[in-house]
Amino acid sequence: MQEIPLTQILFVSTALFFIGMYGLFTRRNLITMLMSIELMLNSVNINFVAFNKYLFPDKLDGLFFTLFIITIAAAEAAVAIAIIINLYRSHNSIDVDDATEMKY
Amino acid sequence: MSNYFYILWIPLLPLVTFVILGLFGRKYLSGIAGLLGTASLLTSTILSIVAAKQYFFVDGKVNGVFQKIVAFKFTWLEFSPNVSIDLGMIIDPISVMMLVVVTSVSLMVHVFSLGYMKGEERFATYYAFLSLFTFSMLGLILSSNIFQVYMFWELVGVSSFLLISYYFNKPSAVAASKKAFIVTRFADLGFLIGILILGFYGGTLDIGLLIERFTSVNSAQYISITGASFLGASMLTWGLTLLFMGGAGKSAMFPLHIWLPDAMEGPTPVSALIHAATMVVAGVYLVARMFPIFSMDEAALNIVTYVGAASALFAAVIACTQTDIKRVLAYSTMSQIGYMMFALGISKNGGENGLGYMASMFHLFTHAFFKSLLFLGAGSVIHMVHSNEMKDMGGLRKLMPITHIAFLIACLAIAGIPPFAGFFSKEEILTAAFHENKIIYGIALFTAALTSFYMFRLYFNIFWSKEAPVGSNDHHDTHNHGEGPWAMKLPLLILAACAVGVGFVPFSQLVTSDGKALETHIDIVFSIAPVALSVLAILLATSFYKKQNEKSDKIATAFGGFYTAAYKKFYVDEVYIFITKKIIFPFIGQPIAWADRNIVDGFMLLLAKATAKISELIKGLQSGKVQNYAMYFFGGILALSILFIYIWK
Repeated sequence: MQEIPLTQILFVSTALFFIGMYGLFTRRNLITMLMSIELMLNSVNINFVAFNKYLFPDKLDGLFFTLFIITIAAAEAAVAIAIIINLYRSHNSIDVDDATEMKY
Repeated sequence: MSNYFYILWIPLLPLVTFVILGLFGRKYLSGIAGLLGTASLLTSTILSIVAAKQYFFVDGKVNGVFQKIVAFKFTWLEFSPNVSIDLGMIIDPISVMMLVVVTSVSLMVHVFSLGYMKGEERFATYYAFLSLFTFSMLGLILSSNIFQVYMFWELVGVSSFLLISYYFNKPSAVAASKKAFIVTRFADLGFLIGILILGFYGGTLDIGLLIERFTSVNSAQYISITGASFLGASMLTWGLTLLFMGGAGKSAMFPLHIWLPDAMEGPTPVSALIHAATMVVAGVYLVARMFPIFSMDEAALNIVTYVGAASALFAAVIACTQTDIKRVLAYSTMSQIGYMMFALGISKNGGENGLGYMASMFHLFTHAFFKSLLFLGAGSVIHMVHSNEMKDMGGLRKLMPITHIAFLIACLAIAGIPPFAGFFSKEEILTAAFHENKIIYGIALFTAALTSFYMFRLYFNIFWSKEAPVGSNDHHDTHNHGEGPWAMKLPLLILAACAVGVGFVPFSQLVTSDGKALETHIDIVFSIAPVALSVLAILLATSFYKKQNEKSDKIATAFGGFYTAAYKKFYVDEVYIFITKKIIFPFIGQPIAWADRNIVDGFMLLLAKATAKISELIKGLQSGKVQNYAMYFFGGILALSILFIYIWK
């Protein structure tokens, strides 16, 4: 089987990153925004793994980073959801446009 | 060297009293404030007398020379290893002498005030201020560092300000206190610059070290300060002259004297303490303290001499015309301080030529007693008559016999009639002047005659002149309290005894410029001239004022314009008002005020307005929308990436 070139993998991860970014900017629902952030994190994970495999095959640093990022993403999701629940309790909504009191 | 540490308590006790009375006096201690203040000062006085006895008669002298002892020293602010502001206490003949003078006069004033200020609403505050003043003055005397002198100098000024404006509901008292404060502050500016000059070239602020460095002709400091010159005078002259300017302001030397007569708005015991016996001689003390340096510079000493002599004569002439008894005394004080100043100015440092120095200190010593006696006597009279004007007095000798006798003694003392105190000190000054400078001697002699004249004019106007008012005058029979309580009579008697006795203190054995005993003797032939002149002046005053008659008015008309000018204090106040109102205010004050309002303030307002405008413009960025913030964040990263990848490579 012919090996997939690095550029294609990078293309996927870049696409994934910008899809996440698009979601983060356009969606007003906090849960969806959180999901978009997860997409961006995963694109980074793909980058780490790909670079590790193609450029430094005899090292494991990239993989370790990926594992750490997954762990932290889980923790982050927990914290974010806690924030969202609190926001819902106080504003009866999880729409970011309803929570704009912290302005000038 | 034995321990003088207990001297620390002499200034500290009044300080403690000040704090206690200042914090709790009005509410809780108003009944005993006077007694508390007096008791603490009594302790200080006893301690100073003990110290004086120990210093002068037990262990101050080593091989016939009085030593300078630093009893206590604490480095407070250190700028560099050599330049530091220390709090220290120096003990030498003049400081010990001043300790005794200040504490004893202050004690007398405290006791006198028990009667004089009785029933005042702010009685405790009054005593608190008196204590503050006493503390500052004692601190000033004991200072071992010139910057410490300056600190206490200002404290003395503040307490003088507070006490002059004691009757703060009287607009004239408020104006007088402001005048005193501003004029002396202006002079202190010179003092500060003088300190900085001496400190800069001397490389230290310690008085002892300064003296040591500037008096040896070969020291690097002396060479550098005399080498540097500004406007044709060496920096040493400048430093000393500016130092003297501070002293002249405090000591009311011409032309910085204008505050002293107005300062008489304060309570009379305050005038006795601050504006006659102690604070106003601070300038003399300062010059005496720095005298070894002054003696190295002829020009500065000449300034001291001529300013002193001019003030002595000038004030004596004015004193002959004034009708407010306290103002007469104020001008007399100025005149006597002028005496002390020129006596210092004509003196040399050390040996036989140091006679002027010793005479000046002697006169300071005797003057403190008889002048505070005069003021307290005047206070007693004012207490009785409720007026400062001579025309409201007259014939009081029968109503107040003790005051009368005390006042007479003080007048004789200041006139220099033997054997009263003033005679001895004045003789020394005249002798010194005679040997050094004949012009000064002439001025001094004439001033001495004038002094006798105006003092006896005052005396006769108060106690003789009219016959004793017998109930006819409405404001006399309302005050049938006689001479006042014993608290007021006792200080008069004690001070009268001093005015007689202190002339016999063997002063030349104790206080001299170099610490060695100086042999002096009263030359009878020499004393004939001044004493005869004084007696003549007294006789003249007797014929003018003992009974009301026309003679004095005739003389006044004969002098015409000169009399009016003297009565108006030679228009010095008017000159000051002219200079400030017509020159300084419109040409300096107003442009500066304009610049302040329009340029300085304008710049600040511009900054404020610009900030407000810009923030109004960009506040929309802080929208509160999370996604906008995310956008800025990514935008920032994008910008940074472009920056690092394409521009900074």
